[in-house]
This record gives sequence, structure tokens and C-alpha cells, in this order.
Amino acid sequence: MANPKSERQFAGVIGYFAGADQLVQAMRKVREAKYSSFDAFTPYPIHGLDAAQGLSRSPLPFVTFAAGLTGCCLGFLLQYWTSAVDWPLNVGGKPFNSWPAFVPIMFELTVLLGGLSTVAAMFLLNGFPNIRKKIFDPGLTRDRFALVIEAPVEESEAQSFLKKVGATEVKSVYTEGWF
Amino acid sequence: MATPSDSLHFTPDVLVTGGKAFKDVDDDVCHPLESFPMRRWWVCFGVACFALLIWLIAVTAFVTQGQGVLGLNQPSGWGTDITNFVFWVGIGHAGTLISAILFLFRQKWRTAINRSAEAMTIFAVITALTFPLLHTGRPWYAAFWLFPYPNQRHLWVNFRSPLLWDVFAVSTYFTISLVFWYVGLIPDFATVRDRAKNKIRKAIYTLLSMGWRGSNKNWLHYETTYLILAGLSTPLVLSVHTIVSFDFATSVIPGWHTTIFPPYFVAGAIFSGFAMVVTLLVIMREVFNFKNYITLGHLEKMNKVIMATGMMVGYAYACEFFIAWYSGSPFERFTFINRAFGPYWWAYWTMTSCNVIIPQIFWFRAARRSIPVMFVVSLFVNIGMWFERYVIVVTSLHRDFLPSSWKYYIPTWYDWGWTFGSFGLFFALFLLFVRFFPTIAMSEVKGVMAQENNHGPSGEVPAHG
Repeated sequence: MANPKSERQFAGVIGYFAGADQLVQAMRKVREAKYSSFDAFTPYPIHGLDAAQGLSRSPLPFVTFAAGLTGCCLGFLLQYWTSAVDWPLNVGGKPFNSWPAFVPIMFELTVLLGGLSTVAAMFLLNGFPNIRKKIFDPGLTRDRFALVIEAPVEESEAQSFLKKVGATEVKSVYTEGWF
Repeated sequence: MATPSDSLHFTPDVLVTGGKAFKDVDDDVCHPLESFPMRRWWVCFGVACFALLIWLIAVTAFVTQGQGVLGLNQPSGWGTDITNFVFWVGIGHAGTLISAILFLFRQKWRTAINRSAEAMTIFAVITALTFPLLHTGRPWYAAFWLFPYPNQRHLWVNFRSPLLWDVFAVSTYFTISLVFWYVGLIPDFATVRDRAKNKIRKAIYTLLSMGWRGSNKNWLHYETTYLILAGLSTPLVLSVHTIVSFDFATSVIPGWHTTIFPPYFVAGAIFSGFAMVVTLLVIMREVFNFKNYITLGHLEKMNKVIMATGMMVGYAYACEFFIAWYSGSPFERFTFINRAFGPYWWAYWTMTSCNVIIPQIFWFRAARRSIPVMFVVSLFVNIGMWFERYVIVVTSLHRDFLPSSWKYYIPTWYDWGWTFGSFGLFFALFLLFVRFFPTIAMSEVKGVMAQENNHGPSGEVPAHG
């Protein structure tokens, strides 16, 4: 699946910054300049960068809530239906619908469904497994901080803009797959 | 080194020593993954495999010849099976406490130890799960008995039984812990991938990293997921040992039928788990030279937790005795006097000395910061907590309501074999983990270092020196 160099497509312009502070400040300016698409690449999450980039909060908590609630209800229905409807079995004279005894499994299924759905939704939102886009620079998972203005964008204009907002190194990047 | 942010931290000491840069973190943490195993690792792995072999021999004998190879009798039907199960599930709890609860409390010192503690959780739960599965007698049928599914008998499992709650609690706990651990590993797998020179190595870690690129849009969802998983794991971990304690507490056996069991079991689980973390970390930081990341400050904090939870456990022991007397129930009274002064007095006093008396040495700062002292204490706590479960399981059962059926329970060599061997299973898995996975959460450590060195965009004045 390796792409020959001639097929590589222009993906955008990357600028490297000396540190997290400079990256956040540059991000504000890039956002104000109203580029259509841009993102930062950092070795660890940087506080304040989401706001500078104008990202709104992740919708994941709603997924967790909905999935957790589903798990809780399913847990109850499963236990109610098997214990009181499908085969009512007298256990120690307890009522068939002995709901307090059902609480532990309702709780466990809440957590199980909530947790797994959250991770599944995170994978979906982040496009994992990502096999299409390769990392721009191995240093980005080590100690480098970068900002990418993505295509469609005027190559030279974006390069000079990134230099103006404080990038120490600027270059064009091309799409590449992992394998 | 005092920085302006000190007053904001609960832990004012420096978390990473040795003046490390971000690159050094990667180099140091990835070194064991990228070099050929050291002699010391092979020695450890050899010992673990030897113990694992003993486990295999004991389990093979059990499976081929049946329950009779164990020392189980009437009335002691639980023996080492359940002792070991509760012991290992308890060990796992410290990992979740460190990774989830300390995360919610913003305890930054957890970053150095959470990865290995979570790994410990997963391997401890795997080890624990083998025991109840084997305890069913025919583990190859266990899946048919334990899970609710439509079957030809038209029967369902009994949802009113705590044993079934256990099936759900432990399997949920294992699944969520595994997912939590894996999510935490994704950025670090990407780091390992980007350092890889070898093609096969690169391909494997590319797959493991899910193609992580460190994009801020990804970090946004990633961090939210991490927080949610921490929030879900916190009540989950408390529920697991609570439900394990229900296995005992909902029965009518004197010595088991008590409302103190859930908090008592949870405190004991954290106590034993922290001791196991200390045992593992003391070895790991020595073997892999992680002394700048897992500092004496980290270990001291864990020793404080060990002492605090040890005293909670001690309080529970005392409270049980008080209630046995105060309840006025002759059966309760008998059980507890029998527990401390009956035929199993040796197990009871081993438990009390190891769990309540020995950790008291941590009142002294010098002891909390001494590697040999904490290593020995952590081993004693592990022994003590194993005996706690032994005492609970065996002393309550061996003399039941009918004196004619009283019988002394003696574990056989097969009991001791799979008890000892289970450590082999656990350590073999852990040693493989330290060879192939980054044992310290690199991306999290970098985040903490950035705040310490004021690299972060907090607007604070850098204050070095």
C-alpha cells in the first residue's frame, strides 16, 4: 500500500515551535486568521490549547450517559424477565421481582456498557484505527510542538504566516499512509 | 527547588529528579524495550517460569484427578481456592486506586507508577480468575454455568446469588481495567513506534498505537475518555471487593455474616495491593534504573497509604471482636474466640502481626524512606493479607454448627503448589509486560514535568534553581 512519491498529495504546512507557550499563542493567531482547517500536534495534552484552537467540549459524556443508562435498564430487564416472567423461581421465599438483589448487576452493566461505548465513540471520533495519515515527524510524540495548517491553503502564504507567528521551522507536508 | 506552583500542588516535592528533558524520558523508559534482556531479567523470568511450572503441575493433577487432590473436606469446602481468589482480586485494587482515584484527586505523583500498577491489576485479576474457575470442578463447563444465556434446560442463573454478582463484577472489572490500561498506552505506543528502527517492531507498535498522531483534536476526546473511565472505575473498584465480600456476608455462617465486610474488604484490598506495588516497584526501579522517576518521595507516599489502610484493617479486626461480644450471639462469640485461640491461632496471629503491628514502623520517616525496610514490610503485608483471607475462609468453616462434623482443614501439597505457582503466573506476565510495554506513562510524565518546569502556558515566571 506504500504510496510512490509522485502520488503524494499536498496536505498542508507544518510549523514547529520552541515550546508549549509559543504554540498556544500562535494557535490563537492562526485561529483569528480564519484558516479553514488547522490542528496542533504535541507529545502530551497542553492546557489552554483547546480554547486557543476554538475546540468545543467533547460530546463523549453524553455517549457515556446514554450507554450507561441503557446498561442499567438492560440489566434490570434481563433479571426481571428471567426471574419473574420466563421462569419464576422461588428462591428462599423472596418475591419474584426482588429488585434490591438486582442492583449489583445493574450497576456492573451500567459501568460495562458506559465504559466500552465511551471508548468505542472515542475511536470513532478520532478515526481510530488511523491507517491513512502518517505522523508528520517522529519528534511529535517525543518533544516537539507543531501546528499544521491543512490543505486547501496557499502553500507559500501559509508558510510565511507560520513564520510570522513564531515558528522556528516551517515546511510543507504530504499525505502518507502507515504501511 | 521551590516553584511558585508549589502551593497549588498537594505534593510539593519534585516528581522527576535528575534534570531530565523530555527526550531523556523516552530514552530511559524505552530502554528495556529496545535492548536485549539483561541477565537479571532472565534470572527473574526463569524463577517465575519455574513457579508457573509448579502451578501447571498442580492444576493438571487437579483437572485430571479431581477435587480430591486438595485438602477440601466437609465442612471446609472453600480452602485455598477462595483464599487465593480473594487475595489476588484484592491485589488488583491498588492498581485501579492509583490509576483512577488518584487521577480524580489530581495526585500528580501517580504518573510515575500508574502504568505498572494497572498492569499489576490486570495480571492479578487474571491470576484470581483461575481459582474460582477451577473451583467449579470442571472449568471447561464454567461458561455454561456462570453466564445467563438461553439454553435447552430453559433455566436461568440465580440473580439473587452473590456468587453470580461476582461473575459480573469481576468480569466487568477485568474488561474495564484492560480498556483503561490500553487507552492510557496508546500515546506511549506511538512514542515507541516513532523511535523504532526495526521494520517489524515498527509495524507492531503502529498497530498497537492505532495510528496515534498526537493531534490536539485527538487529545481532546482522549482526555475526556480518560477522565470518564477514571470516573467509572472509581465506583467499580469499590463495588468489586464489596461484592466479593458479599460472597461471605450474605451467608449465615458466624464470622462471615457481618455488615462491616464491604468496607473492611475494600480497605484490605487497597492495603495488600499497595504492598504488592511497593514490592514490584522497588525491584523495577532497581533493575531498570528508574530511580529518577520512581523516587523515594513516591515510595514514601505509598508507605503512608499502607500504614493508613493497615490501621483501617486493624480497626476492622477489633470491631469484629467487639460486635461478636456485643451481639450476644453465642455462635458469633464462639467463632471469634475460636479464631484467635482455637486450632488456627497461628494463622490469626500471623495475620495480626503482619498487618497491624509491622506496618506501624512507618510512623518513622527513616523507615518510610528506607528501601530495605519497605521491601521487607511489603512482603510481610502480602503474607499477612494472604493469611487474613485464609483465616476468614477456614476458621469460620472448620467448626460449623454441628460439633460432630468439626474437622481440621489441612492444605495438601497441591494446595500449596497452586498457591505458590499462582505467583509464578503473575510474575511471568508482569515480567513480559516490562519487556514489551512502556512501564512508565511517558506522555503523562511529560505533562507533569512541563508544569513543574513551567513550560506550560500558565503565564507563571520560570523559577529555576
